[in-house]
Amino acid sequence: MEKRIHPRRSFAYHLKHTILPHAVLSLVGLFFLFPFIWLLLNSVKTPQEIFTIPPKLWPEEFQWQNYVKAFQSMPFFGYVLNTLFLVFANIVGQLFSAPLVAYSLAKIRWKGRGVVFALVLATVILPPQVTMIPMYIIFAKLDWVNTYLPLILPSFFGTAFNIFLVRQFLLGIPNELSDAARIDGASEFRIYWQIMLPLLMPPLATIAIFTFQGVWHDFFGPLIYLNDERLWTISVGLQGFLQEHGAQWELLMAAATMFTLPSVIVYFIGQRYFIQAGTQLVQYK
Amino acid sequence: MFTQSAANRKTSNIMTVKERRDQWLGLAFASPFILGFLLLTMIPFGQSFYYSLTEYDLFGEPQWVGLGNYQKILEDPAFYKSLTNTFFMAFIAVPILLTVSLMIALLLNLKVKGIAVYRTLYYLPVAIPVVANSILWLWILNPQYGILNTILRAFNLPDPAWLLDPMFTKPSLIIMGLLGTGGGALIYLAALQGIPKEMYEAAEIDGANAWSRFRHITLPALSPVTLFQLIMGLIGAFQIFTESFIFANGATGGPDQSLLFYAVNLYQEAFVNLHMGYASALAWILFVIVMLITLIIFKSSLRWVYYGGE
Repeated sequence: MEKRIHPRRSFAYHLKHTILPHAVLSLVGLFFLFPFIWLLLNSVKTPQEIFTIPPKLWPEEFQWQNYVKAFQSMPFFGYVLNTLFLVFANIVGQLFSAPLVAYSLAKIRWKGRGVVFALVLATVILPPQVTMIPMYIIFAKLDWVNTYLPLILPSFFGTAFNIFLVRQFLLGIPNELSDAARIDGASEFRIYWQIMLPLLMPPLATIAIFTFQGVWHDFFGPLIYLNDERLWTISVGLQGFLQEHGAQWELLMAAATMFTLPSVIVYFIGQRYFIQAGTQLVQYK
Repeated sequence: MFTQSAANRKTSNIMTVKERRDQWLGLAFASPFILGFLLLTMIPFGQSFYYSLTEYDLFGEPQWVGLGNYQKILEDPAFYKSLTNTFFMAFIAVPILLTVSLMIALLLNLKVKGIAVYRTLYYLPVAIPVVANSILWLWILNPQYGILNTILRAFNLPDPAWLLDPMFTKPSLIIMGLLGTGGGALIYLAALQGIPKEMYEAAEIDGANAWSRFRHITLPALSPVTLFQLIMGLIGAFQIFTESFIFANGATGGPDQSLLFYAVNLYQEAFVNLHMGYASALAWILFVIVMLITLIIFKSSLRWVYYGGE
């Protein structure tokens, strides 16, 4: 603070440009931080501490054994493995389909690609309920209910948002690169695989992160397709636990914390991709 | 942007070898989507309409009932209840939350040191899985032991029963939604950063105050993003499901069915009562409603969305 560049800036200036903004930002920030903190704090309270009026903000002693108990009272580890498997399979599917389709829409000139791109965008406003029931009936007839196939297969056909994301990125890559390779006689698939895919890492990372979050958080899909408890994901497992043991809040909070942490970690790692995706969406008019 | 080559192509109707090759390559690369669109969208879309004209419980064969399901829906109080609840979320909650996310974005656009930390923080609640978040709020909003009512009582404010009082269940969802506004703010923020500084400088020279700069520069510049977020928000409102399912202990609709949303009612009919035909009819009505709303908003957007020339 001693080495001010503008030593004559008044207190009023600092109030307006530093103190006040930070005060407002942190106050609102507290509000956004609160649910996460409250989740953590309640996960290490005793049942007595949970049920006191007024609520104890800070637990007397951190009850880490709540986490052990939560593990024991539900097959949490199994839920985690199931969910991770679904996450992995969906990421593979999205990373397969999105760049392929996007490449066709952005870099190959063919009749009908405008129509296909319009259809990609149209799927966004189609309510999923319209196709959900016939799809369920088809999967039921194939005897795929209670398997992971209905929750994985669709990702291999591509999702509008992901295709869109890669397409926008591809439009920013100059054609000279692939044209040069084409003159050298490289096949279209080789150009795609050896030249384009390596350049597509940023949007592909974004897709991987969004897919992780989407599948990790998903409740509806597993709810309708997985009746067998052994196949449950964390979402449905946690909901099942809530329904059976309602009032054991400290265990619920411990399990919910375990459920939340990976998602928060992935968010911290991938923040810049979230921001890039936001920019990408905005730039499209 | 796709028609750059259309002009040269018109001169001859014969496709060159390269054009023919590109035609096949384009189709091949796009085939996952095209196949998926046929198998997972178009065919189910048509089937759904057929099922909506039948009675079908998954086990027997679909029984043709014509428009019977649609007639029954129009006489079903649960349909109207779910529609009103969903409209409340679409036309009251969504605009409120969108406005808040714009205010948050303006806040996050302040030029102060460490702003990146705030941006990270504000988005954090979005990273909490919906089921975990709903369980947490079930506890925060507990009428007796919940932290919210403790705070309200400390200030001698009324302490409603939130999720147990039909008047307060949907406001509870709005409060919960406020903490999720970081997502929308992120998109607004990206748009704010794309507005040229010169526009503000010019306005300042002309003597425009902060409010009129916001009103006449920021808002119009953001209007395409507002249109996008509004439409996505409205579509999202018709998908509200998980929060209701956790709060009401299943697809029950909660106290006085105040949390019976369209998607919840549809789930109940399809997967609990196994009324696949009836539920398909509900889905088609939903489809028509969403299309109408989208169309109206697009039509109206001609008047309030400003696309800057480039």
